[in-house]
Amino acid sequence: MANSILQVENLVKRYGDVEAVRGVSFNVEEGEVFGLLGPNGAGKTTTVEILEGLRTPDGGRVSVCGFDPQRDSAALRHEIGAALQSTSLPDKLRVMEALRLFASFYRRRRNPEELLKRFGLEEKRNTFYGQLSGGQKQRLALAMALVNDPKVLFFDEPTAGLDPQVRREIYDIIEELRREKKTILMTTHYIEEAERLCDRVAIVDHGKVIALGSPRELKAHSGGTTRIEVRLARPESDGALKRLEGVADAREVDGAYVIHSNRAPQTIVSIVKHLEAQGNELVSLEIASPSLEDVFIEMTGRRLRD
Amino acid sequence: MTNFATLTRMRIQLTLRNRMFLFFSVIMPFGFFFLYAGVFAKGMPQLVQYFLGPVVALTVMGSFWGLSAALVMFREQGILRRFHVTPVTPSDMLASSVVANFVLTLPTVLVEFLFARSFFHVTHFGNLVSAFLLIAIGTVSFASLGLVVASVTNTMQETQVINQLIWLPLIFLSGATVPLASLPQVVKRVGLFLPATYLVTGLQSAIYSAFAPWSVDVLLALCSLAVWAILTFFLSAQLFRWEPESKIPRRAKLLAAATAIPFLLLGIWENKTNRTMAQAQAMFDSLNAPSKSAPPADSRE
Repeated sequence: MANSILQVENLVKRYGDVEAVRGVSFNVEEGEVFGLLGPNGAGKTTTVEILEGLRTPDGGRVSVCGFDPQRDSAALRHEIGAALQSTSLPDKLRVMEALRLFASFYRRRRNPEELLKRFGLEEKRNTFYGQLSGGQKQRLALAMALVNDPKVLFFDEPTAGLDPQVRREIYDIIEELRREKKTILMTTHYIEEAERLCDRVAIVDHGKVIALGSPRELKAHSGGTTRIEVRLARPESDGALKRLEGVADAREVDGAYVIHSNRAPQTIVSIVKHLEAQGNELVSLEIASPSLEDVFIEMTGRRLRD
Repeated sequence: MTNFATLTRMRIQLTLRNRMFLFFSVIMPFGFFFLYAGVFAKGMPQLVQYFLGPVVALTVMGSFWGLSAALVMFREQGILRRFHVTPVTPSDMLASSVVANFVLTLPTVLVEFLFARSFFHVTHFGNLVSAFLLIAIGTVSFASLGLVVASVTNTMQETQVINQLIWLPLIFLSGATVPLASLPQVVKRVGLFLPATYLVTGLQSAIYSAFAPWSVDVLLALCSLAVWAILTFFLSAQLFRWEPESKIPRRAKLLAAATAIPFLLLGIWENKTNRTMAQAQAMFDSLNAPSKSAPPADSRE
C-alpha cells in the first residue's frame, strides 16, 4: 500500500483530556470515494482536518499525495480541495467573485465559468453569498473545492443540515465526480449517503475505526440477510428472541428489538407465536434488508442516528 | 504576490459594500471635520489649519477600529477557515487588510484637505510631503494595532470593549480632541507615552508649521511610528489565528507587551526633554499671537 494517495496510520489527537482520535488507520486509493461514517463526535472531522493540515496530530503518521500535511503544508495546499464544515464566505461577496478569488490562489486552475455551469450556479453568478439558499451555498462550496483541479477532495459532511431534495442534488454531483475517478475522502453520519456514494467506508466510533470495507462487504458481515425490527407492548429479554427460528442475532436498541434473520418468514411466525405464549403484544414490525446501520448497531449496541 | 493582490481587491470591494464602513470611514470623519472646522475653529482659516492635523489624525487612527472588527468577524464566521485550506498565508491576509485600509483611508483624508480649502479657505497646507508620510505610516501602524487587537480578543464583544479602551485615551490624551497644550500637566505627561500624541503633533507641525520631513519633530513622529508599525505588524503575524477555537499562545501576550516599548522609551525621554510639548505649546500660543510666530497661512488674516 506504499503508493496509496492518502495514508493514515495510528492517528491520535487529544483536546485537553479528551482523546478525539484514538489510533485511526486507513488508506485511500487513487480514484476512490472513501467515507468516514459515524455519529457526531466520533472524530471524523478531526481526522479530516489533520489530513488537510488544519490541525496538528498528537501521534501517528499521515501522508497526503506524498506530503506530510504538517511539514509540507504549503505544497500540499495546491493539491487538495476541501468543502469544510462550519465555514462560510463574506456575505457581500458575489458567487463569481468567490470562484475567481479562490482560483487566483493556485498554480493549477480550472475555468470558473465551467464550474459555474456544472454546479448550476450560472444564474446566481452575481448574487451575494449572503443571499444564497443553503443548497446553493453548498454547491458553491463544492465548486470552490474544485477550482484548483485537486488530486484529493475532502468533503466534510457535505449534506448536513440540507433538506432531502437538496441532499439528492449534492449526491448527484458527488456521483458524477466519482464517475470521473476523482479521489474523495468524505465524512457523513447518513447511512444512505455512505452506501450510495462510497466505494469503501470506515465506520468510526469514539475515535476508532470499528469496521472497514466496501458497503457490500460490511453488510455481508452483518448477522443475517433480513433485518426485522419489532416494538413490543412489554419488554422482552432478547435472549429468548435469539433462540427463535432462523435468528442470527437479536438485540434491544432504544426500546425496539432489532433481529437479523436468515429465514425471515419463519422467524416472523415464531416471533408471533412466542409473544402469544408470553402474553405479550406486537406494537409494530418492520422488515428491511440490512444496512450499514445494522453493522454499527452490532458493533456498538447503539444506533448511528439519534 | 498574486494572493496578496487579489485579497486586497476583495477587501476593498467588501468594505465598499459595507454600510458600517460608510459610517465609520466617511460620515464619522467628516462629522469630526465639520465639528472642528466649523465649531472649534469657527471657520477661521488659521484655526482650521491648526485643527486639520488632529482631524486627519483621527481619521488615520480610526483604521484600527474597522480592521479589528472585520478580522474578528471573519474568524468568528469561519471565513478565515476557508482561506486556511488554500495556499494563502497569514501575511497575505494581514498585509492585504493593511493595504486595503490604506487605499480606503487616503481618499477620505484627501477630501478633508479639499474641504478645508474650498469651504474654509485654507490656502496653505504646510509641508504636504511630511503630512503624506505621516498619514501613510500612521495608517499602517494603527491598522496593525487593529490586527493585534483582533488576534488577542476572542469574540466581537471583547474586541469592541478593547477598542473602546484604546480609543478613548488615544483621542483625549493625545491632543486629537483637546489641544495638548491646554491639557493639565499630569495628562500631558501620560500623553507623551501614546503613539497618537506623536501622530497628532507631527501632523500639526507638518500642516500648521510647515515642518519638513527632516525636521526633528516630524522625523521623531515618523521614526517612532514606523518602528511601532513594524513591531505591531510582526506581532499580528505571530498572533494570527485562523480558527475561533485556537488559543492565543502565552508568549504572544509577552510580545504584545513588547510593542509598548518604543513609546515607553520615547515617553520617558520626552518627559525629560519636553521638546514635543514645547512644540505643541508654541503652535497653540501662535493662535493667540498671530503676529509673532505665525505660520504662513495666517498672514492674510
